[in-house]
Amino acid sequence: MANTNGKKPPLLEVRNLHTSFKTDKGEVRAVNGVSYVLEEGHSLGIVGESGSGKSVSAYSIMQILDSNGHITEGQILFKGEDITHYSAKQMQEFRGKNCAMIFQDPMTSLNPVYTVGNQITEAIRIHSDKSKEQARADAVKMLEMVGINDAERRMKQYPHELSGGMRQRVMIAMALVMEPSILIADEPTTALDVTIQAQILELMLDLQKKLNMAIIIVTHDLGVIAQMSDQIVVMYGGRICERGTAEDIFYHPAHEYTKGLLRSIPSTNNMKKKLVPIAGTPINLLNMPKGCAFCSRCDAAMKICLTQVPDELRIDDTHLASCWMNVKNGTYRKEEA
Amino acid sequence: MSSENLIDVKDLKMYFPIRTGFMKTTMLKAVDGVTFSIKPGETLGLVGESGCGKTTVGRTLLRLYKPTGGEIYYDGNLITDKNMLEYRPKMQMVFQDPYSSLDPRMTVEEIIGEPLDVHHLYSNKKERREKILGLMELVGLNAEHATRYVHEFSGGQRQRIGIARALAVDPKFIVCDEAVSALDVSIQAQVINMFEELQEKLGVAYLFIAHDLLVVRHISDRIAVMYLGRVVETADADELSDSPIHPYTQSLLSAVPIPDPKIAKSSKRIILEGDVPSPLKMPSGCAFRTRCRFATEKCAQECPPLTDRGNGHMVACWNK
Amino acid sequence: MEAVKKNPLSMQIDPALFEPATEDEKKQQEVMSESVTFFRDGMRKLMKNPLAVGSLIVLGLIILTIVFAPMVVPYSYSGIAKVNGRRDRTNKNLSAFEYSKVEQEYIDEGGKVFPHILGTDSLGRDYFIRVVYGARVSLTVGLFASILVLIIGVIYGSIAGYTGGRTDLIMMRIVDIIYSLPDMLIIILLSVVIKSSLGEDANQNVLLKTFGANMVSIFIVFGLLYWVGMARLVRGQILTIKNNEYILAARAIGAKPAHIIRKHIIPNCISVIIITTALQIPSAIFTESFLSFVGMGVEAPMPSLGSLANSAREGLQSYPGQLIYPAVLIVLIVLAFNLLGDGLRDAFDPKLRR
Repeated sequence: MANTNGKKPPLLEVRNLHTSFKTDKGEVRAVNGVSYVLEEGHSLGIVGESGSGKSVSAYSIMQILDSNGHITEGQILFKGEDITHYSAKQMQEFRGKNCAMIFQDPMTSLNPVYTVGNQITEAIRIHSDKSKEQARADAVKMLEMVGINDAERRMKQYPHELSGGMRQRVMIAMALVMEPSILIADEPTTALDVTIQAQILELMLDLQKKLNMAIIIVTHDLGVIAQMSDQIVVMYGGRICERGTAEDIFYHPAHEYTKGLLRSIPSTNNMKKKLVPIAGTPINLLNMPKGCAFCSRCDAAMKICLTQVPDELRIDDTHLASCWMNVKNGTYRKEEA
Repeated sequence: MSSENLIDVKDLKMYFPIRTGFMKTTMLKAVDGVTFSIKPGETLGLVGESGCGKTTVGRTLLRLYKPTGGEIYYDGNLITDKNMLEYRPKMQMVFQDPYSSLDPRMTVEEIIGEPLDVHHLYSNKKERREKILGLMELVGLNAEHATRYVHEFSGGQRQRIGIARALAVDPKFIVCDEAVSALDVSIQAQVINMFEELQEKLGVAYLFIAHDLLVVRHISDRIAVMYLGRVVETADADELSDSPIHPYTQSLLSAVPIPDPKIAKSSKRIILEGDVPSPLKMPSGCAFRTRCRFATEKCAQECPPLTDRGNGHMVACWNK
Repeated sequence: MEAVKKNPLSMQIDPALFEPATEDEKKQQEVMSESVTFFRDGMRKLMKNPLAVGSLIVLGLIILTIVFAPMVVPYSYSGIAKVNGRRDRTNKNLSAFEYSKVEQEYIDEGGKVFPHILGTDSLGRDYFIRVVYGARVSLTVGLFASILVLIIGVIYGSIAGYTGGRTDLIMMRIVDIIYSLPDMLIIILLSVVIKSSLGEDANQNVLLKTFGANMVSIFIVFGLLYWVGMARLVRGQILTIKNNEYILAARAIGAKPAHIIRKHIIPNCISVIIITTALQIPSAIFTESFLSFVGMGVEAPMPSLGSLANSAREGLQSYPGQLIYPAVLIVLIVLAFNLLGDGLRDAFDPKLRR
């Protein structure tokens, strides 16, 4: 499905994605109409709290949802091709070769009974025809690339013998063996100490430059997002609140949730002032409101917010937001017909 | 002993015997000589990474572990095993995990009422009920929640229940052990504000243990930084953040991701090499020397003591 | 960024909708679900489980039958059935609902004879009532043995679990030793010892008289040996509970150990204890049946399901029913308790939640 104006299709485009889970308490609509675009070599940050659907949208791209979850609507286009209709075999090719993922807890993502070298070599051999020796040599190179000194020795070690930071590096090495064009990182540093986190984030930025890789980073940590992402998507209750560049989101937020979030976190500019919390409790996905997902906690909620899901409006060249406040204040750009 | 301090901790040590071989036991020096003090109504933030011993300090302070060495003073009085029970109502704790720190078989009323029961703080049932409802209101819970069970509440609400329980005995000192770390970002602000309000209203002092430096800086008057069981730097919150002296503090602060794109992308980070050494194999002398870019011979031979650099800014370093 | 979907916003949205929403309107969006206790939530889950509900029904029916049958059926388990007060020599080994010659004559004359629902045995005793009494004995033994196991196991396990340290170590090694003893051998030895040593006093001792030396020895052995499984489980549960922060919180409040055990540890153990006991009962019944089958159980004329099955062995070819009825009942009872125990575990086990 090429673009009509002849431009190359973006590396990854998610269009109106809906993902639901069947539970014994009912259907949980974890992702509810999410669209975003990722260009080659760029970094996209998806920020949200628990229940926002950020991880589920990433898992949907890789199609590694739990057995009771499935994509109910929408498309995911990789270089213009819709991968939601891929067969299992095609999906297996896609994962690892085109798109790789690293997770939050490296201890549970690495197999404890195989050595590190074994696991990386296996990853290489799944996706290529390399011989054992060749794959092993590649694995050593990979470990060195992610900053593990003494790579030969580390190849023979088991995951539990490595520290948290080391394991995360191994995970990154495993993800990058085929030099995929997209790396999805789901809370990659949440379980790590702050100084180790800095190392890993630095490593990821470095590798991104070297391999011209696009990164999708999913996290709740606004500091990490600010550091890592050019473009940001803010999610709440399975929907996108707003999306734009990092400057758009942090300096000109156009959604009440984003504004509330920025007011409630301690930062360099509000150290002396009282934090302004967002009232209420996180959303219950089994009991979604009819209108905007955030309305019951929103200080500025209006009657329309309770009954109608806000349309996505253009704020700026790079900035879109789904909040009725923009209609009230007229801060949106009216579309030409 | 100056009793202008509410809490005085002197050279606190907590060692755990760990079996490391067939017949071998090594001492895990979780806390290895920690000294600090807290004034009434003040908040001391305690930060450090995993394995630094900050949680152990909090629990040893409340004598939930029996200290291997050192002294703890409350209002100038030395606390021992014998007199701990009478001091318990004065020193309480709020825990990190809102899911495991409340008994799932008890209602909110029973949980908050337990401290009242243990210390006989009421004369009749009506008074007990009133006290409980008063505490619930103080932390922002509705009265109708009293008969509900813990599993029906969200993380933030559970923390409030935990705080109400800690306040039931009217303590003057509360150890907040990673009390907001497990909460969603938008809920953290609610609980942080509550801690601050309670401090204004009731004059409680806090030992605020956390790993999120921005949160700690926001809520604390003074901050102590720990590394592998020892305090490496103590200072006013602002002074520590603006002019850290110890090399570890400097790299810790520079590693914190700031939620501001311009600052985040432009700041120069001091990246520490390597990983934290295992507490079972602590480096000789200064524990930080293996990762410190200013390390010298002296650092390997002798552990630097905390010295005052002016204005109460204490640093343990030979070179800075 | 690419195009956003076209929206007709240059249009007619009622300006009144842009008024701020009131607190009440917002509150309506949030609903707290109905409050359920742990117990009620578990019961709800249990009732949804068809096998568990089925087992409850089956057990209920069995219990009702064995309670009320003796009031309805005029035969006794030990007495040979009489017709009109006279001995009936023709009523041996009747099959279900069959009448003996004498009884048939009596009916023809106009008399009333209560039917033999399951026939009679080789001595002319009504089989149905014997099976009913057999079930009584089996269930009673199963229940009391389980309660014995429960009490000893819980006390032992809680002391070991809560105290910890060396006491726990020693207590658990004792458990290990007991585990490795051969239970059947000990039961047999014990019953022989009891019989011989109390031989003369046997008739004086009421307990021995009612149950027989074998039964008493079974109980003694249960009390000595079979509590170890429960002890281990309770100890394990207590160790898990002890690790929870709410125990630490209780200590921080200043609660004494007795208070902590009473208010925190035991309530959190109860579901495990109940489940284990529910699964212990069929095991006890089965053991008793087995022992009675090999002749080590209750003594004649007291029937137990196992001994009935044993007596029926000789006539298996000609009268298979006499073996099948008690055997089927054993299977039903054991299966029902097992399924119920499984269902209880699925519904109440805190580990399986969330």
